[in-house]
Formats: sequence, C-alpha cells, structure tokens
Amino acid sequence: MIVEPQQARVVIPGTVRFLLLAFLAVVVSITSTATASEPNADSTLLETQQVEPVTSLVAQDFKYDNGERIELFWVPSVDDRLVDGLVTGYEVYRTVNEGDPQRLAILPPGANTFRDEAAEIDSVYSYYITTLAEETSAKSVATEPMTSEREWLNRDRGYLFLIAFVIAAAVIFFVETAKRGKKLFIRKIAGLEAIDDAVGRATEMGRPVLFVPGIHDMDDVQTLAALTILGRVSRTIADYDSKIFMPVSRSLVMTAARETIKSSYMAAGRPDAYNDDMVNYVTDEQFGYVASVDGLIVREKPATIFLLGAFFAESLILAETGNSVGAIQIAGTARPAQLPFFIAACDFTLIGEELFAASAYLSDEPKQLGSLKGQDVGKGIAMFFVIAGTVAATISYAWDIGPVNDVLDWLNQVFSSN
Amino acid sequence: MSRTAVIVFAGVVALFVVSWMVKAMVLADVSETNIVDAFMVTVAAFLTLAIYSFLYKDNPYYKFAEHLFVGVSAAFWMVQGFWTTIVGNLLPRLSEGLATWFQQPYQGGGYDLGVFVFPYSIMYWIPVILGSLLLMRLSPQGGWLSRWPLALIVGTTAGLNFVRYLRSDFIVQVAATFVPLFGRDPHPWQGFGHFFSNLDLSASGQFVALLSNWVIFIGVFCGLIYFFFSKEHTGAFGKASRVGIWILMITFGASFGYTVMGRISLLVGRLTFLFRDWLGLIS
Repeated sequence: MIVEPQQARVVIPGTVRFLLLAFLAVVVSITSTATASEPNADSTLLETQQVEPVTSLVAQDFKYDNGERIELFWVPSVDDRLVDGLVTGYEVYRTVNEGDPQRLAILPPGANTFRDEAAEIDSVYSYYITTLAEETSAKSVATEPMTSEREWLNRDRGYLFLIAFVIAAAVIFFVETAKRGKKLFIRKIAGLEAIDDAVGRATEMGRPVLFVPGIHDMDDVQTLAALTILGRVSRTIADYDSKIFMPVSRSLVMTAARETIKSSYMAAGRPDAYNDDMVNYVTDEQFGYVASVDGLIVREKPATIFLLGAFFAESLILAETGNSVGAIQIAGTARPAQLPFFIAACDFTLIGEELFAASAYLSDEPKQLGSLKGQDVGKGIAMFFVIAGTVAATISYAWDIGPVNDVLDWLNQVFSSN
Repeated sequence: MSRTAVIVFAGVVALFVVSWMVKAMVLADVSETNIVDAFMVTVAAFLTLAIYSFLYKDNPYYKFAEHLFVGVSAAFWMVQGFWTTIVGNLLPRLSEGLATWFQQPYQGGGYDLGVFVFPYSIMYWIPVILGSLLLMRLSPQGGWLSRWPLALIVGTTAGLNFVRYLRSDFIVQVAATFVPLFGRDPHPWQGFGHFFSNLDLSASGQFVALLSNWVIFIGVFCGLIYFFFSKEHTGAFGKASRVGIWILMITFGASFGYTVMGRISLLVGRLTFLFRDWLGLIS
C-alpha cells in the first residue's frame, strides 16, 4: 500500500488573515495612487519637449528705399525639421517706440526672412520671433532698437545712370547740332521711298488710302511714330487730292490724328478739303475694331493701306484682308511677334526701330533726328561692349586668365539687371 | 432686297428657330433654364458662322455681326470706363456726397475705429482737371487746351519707359551676349585637336553649345549693324547688315510657324464650340 506523504499545513487564524489582506489592499492602493499621480512615459515626452526659439535674429534697414522697409533674418529653430519637426510656424512681432508688440505676420515652418514694408523713418523698431509648436511656443531674443533710413540715391544703379546719361547726352548733343542747321545723315529706308508711289497709285486708281495706327493709345511711342508718318502721308494725299480714311480704336488717337491731318491739309494749302470724318472712332475692343476695319477694306477697296503702330493678334487678319483686295501695303511695328505676318503679307515692312527712324526721316525735325542719332550712339556702345564682353568671356572660359576674369566680372557688374 | 436674299434670310431665320427649339429640347433634361440657354448657344453659333462667312465674301450676315460687335463693345467700354474709373476710383476720393449718391464707400479721408486712416488728397483733382481739359477738344475756341494733358501723357510715358527699356532692351540684352566662343561648362576648351577628335553633335554636346554662342554673337552684332542708321550700308558694313537681316528673317520664319500653331488652337476652340456645345456631335 502506497501511502502518500502528508503535506504540512499552516493554519492562519482568521484575524491575522484579515489584517494581512487589509495590509495588502493598502499597499496596492498606495502603489496605484502613486502610479496614477505620475505622468506616463508618453505624456512626459510631450510636455518636456519645449520648442526651441529662433536664433541670430537680425534686423537691418533695407538698402536704397524710401525708409519704409526693414529686413529680418534669423536661423530657424533647431526643432524646425522636415522629419519629426515640432515647429508649426513663426510669428513676427514688432514693437514701435517701445509700445505694445504688434503681430506682423505668421510664417510657415522653414521661413528665415521677413520684410517689414510698413516702417516709418521717425519711429524706433524692435522685433522678435515667436516659434510656434502644437501646444507650446518660444519667444526669441528681441533685436536692438533701430530706425529705418531713407536713401535719396540707389547706388546699385550707378552704371545704369552712367549709360543713360551718355545716351541722353548724345541725344541732346545731336538735337542741338540739328537745330543749328547742320544736316544729319540718315540712310534711306526702303519702305519710305514707296510712300509717294503708293499714294500716287491710289490717286490714279481713284481709290482711297487707308491708314491704321495700331490699337494702342497715345502713350505708346509706336502710335506717336505712326502719327508722325501720317503727317507726311496726309500731306501727300492733300497734294494729290486723294482720299484718306482712318478708323481708330482710341479716342485720344482720334483727336491727335484729326489734328495731324488737318495740319497737313492746311500746310498743303487745302484746308477746305479737310473733313473730320476722315478719322473716326470705332471701338476699344480689339476684334470689334478688326471686324470693322476688315469690312471697310472689302467695301471701300483702298488702293493703299498703311498699317503702322502697335499691332497684336489682328496683324495677320488686317494684312491678309488688305492683300485680298490688291492694295499696296506698307506696314511697320516694333512688336517682334507681329512682324512675320507683315513681312509675309505686305509689300514693305518697317522692322522695329525702322518705324521710329522713318518717323524722324520723314519729319526732318531736329528733335527726332537728334534722338535717332543719339540712339545710334547707344548702339555703337552696345556693339563695343558686345565684342569686349564676348572676347573676355571666351578667354576667361577657355584659358582662365586672372585679369581677363576681372574684366568679365566688371562687365557683368556694369550690365547687371539691377 | 432681292428675292433670293429674302429666301436666304427666311431660311436662316427658320434654321435659327429650329436650332433653338431642338437645343431647348435637348437641354430640357439637364437645365431648368433650357430655353434661355438654348437661345444663347444658338445666337453664339450663328454669330460665329456669320463672322466666318466673311471667308466667302462680304455679306449682310457678316455686316450684322460686325456692327453688333462694334456697337456692343463700344458701349461696354464706355460703361466700364465710367463705372470703374470715374465712379469706382475717382468720385469716392473727391466728394462724400457724390460717393453716397453713387452708393460707393467714401475714400476721401476718414476714421476707422477711431484712427485716421487715409487723408483727403487734392492730388485726385489733377486727373479731373486734365480730363476736363481733354474734353475742351469739343470746344472750337478752347481746343488748344486739350494738347496739355496729351503732352503730359506722352512726356510721362516717354520718361517712364526710358529707364524700363534701357534695362530690358539694352542692359540685359548686352549682358546676355557675353558668351564664350570656345569652351563652356561642362565642356572646357582643351584645344582644337581635342575638340575635333571628340566631336559630339548631340544637342547637349560641345559643338552645338559653341554653335549656339556663335549664332548669338554674330546675330546680335550684325542685327545691330542693320539697325544702324547713321552710315550707308555699303562695303563690309553692308555685308554685315545683310547677315543681320538674314538672321532676322530666319527668326521671323520660326516665329511665324510658332504663332500660326497658336492660332490653329483658337480655331479648334471655336470648332469645338460649334460641334460640341451647339450641335452636340462630339462629346
């Protein structure tokens, strides 16, 4: 018979058992209370991760302005990162004359500059940046009090002034030379030689001349050049007793054109032949104007059409319609995108500056001639520097010679876009 | 009006009405204002076709569209100029009474939350005076006064444009022409021997880069010579001028093709309107 060993048993009295359980309960309670009173690991992380402020904040007056701009530069917070970054943005604050701070802007993370464009030269400014995070923020050290300055001259544009001065001086010199009666040479321009022939042809055919001065207003120099040429054309028309009509898309151009034609007719000794209806306003709307002029061309069938001035998408439409009625067309514009259409569809085209040269050539006015000659001086300067700069760039890139590099740097500085 | 013209006119009107009705029925399922919508689409389509009829020859339908366009646009710009410029910008800065009368907020000086925000400026009377002088054109005796504002417009524009064009058309262009004729990044010049033994005709190669620079240099220089008016174009100067005009013409040819392609897209847009929005033949 197998007898199992009898296990030893400890008998705990009921009172002691109760006290023991009570003790355990108190210990557990104290422990759990203590645990609950301490933040857990995650919340500890959130609250202790204070965001760092921006550093090296500098405020400086904007160079060469009217005193209304102050620029701020700073190093973003170290917590401003693409990955695991805490920063949600920056607030720019300004104090004026030690007053209350004003918030100027809220900038996105990554920002490190700001330009205050509402400064006044009589006030003292101080700035600080507040770095923003989800539940916290950090204020940077404020900048030293400063004022903005007004500069009367932008010295960055010294070379621009020099070039402008040289060209303007050349223009004035040649204008004065022309005024003293000295003949200034200007080469012949092909399209202009054809003006008399074209007007004569219209006279012989008994058909009118159409003059279109573009669709821009009097503030466009192309329109002014066109009106100068109109003076000569209308003078020839008055001499030949031909007819001219001129639809325009700007009211100011209408008044100026009427005055121009009237002067020409008076100069030709035929003021009675002038009529205000020679020039009529159509509409400012680009294609409304084109539709009207096109209709006019096919109905009146002018023998000669002048398309001189500022043209846009309507250039080919007008030129092709004129071509379809067999008119001699003399066109000119300084709009590079429209020149191909005029060249393709017209008999003579004044390319770019030829339009202005034509104006000077025909008017024979000292001011226009002098201006044209002065611009030729500008072109001469441009040609000189194009050669000098290209040679310097070639030597600099190919052989890297120090003094030539310096020359190229200087040329780039002179002709910088500032 | 001839009998044929009357018949054609009746046919066009009938076609217009039929088109309107059919379009209205088609739009009935998708629009509550189908009758008005159908009318607008049909009018737009007929005006488009009326303008295109000019390609055949001048005709009454083109004349109608032309005069409608001119009349509507002239009136539109007149109204726009008055309400936007004079009523919208000028009068509220001149007179509180006029601003109130035109139901515009007064902008001639005042307080906002106790702070004086914008002062009354007599500067705005200058355009009033100049504009009035322009209108003196209508007076036979005072017509000469209209030249003053005109002179101001021209002179101011010339002065402002001088610096702008000097920078954009002179300074920047000259600087852009400072290009190396031999060797440039990433192909430094290592002598003609190296150049020809490693001749690379690809678009990114050294040969194409140098060719491009030579074209820029010669093109700019010869182009400037062409536009030089103080010397007769004879001899070497004349030959350089010829090169300049050739380069200009090649440029214009490329520009012509480029622009025509843009115009084709406009035509496609109009045809799309006709075939999709009007006829519904394409989705």
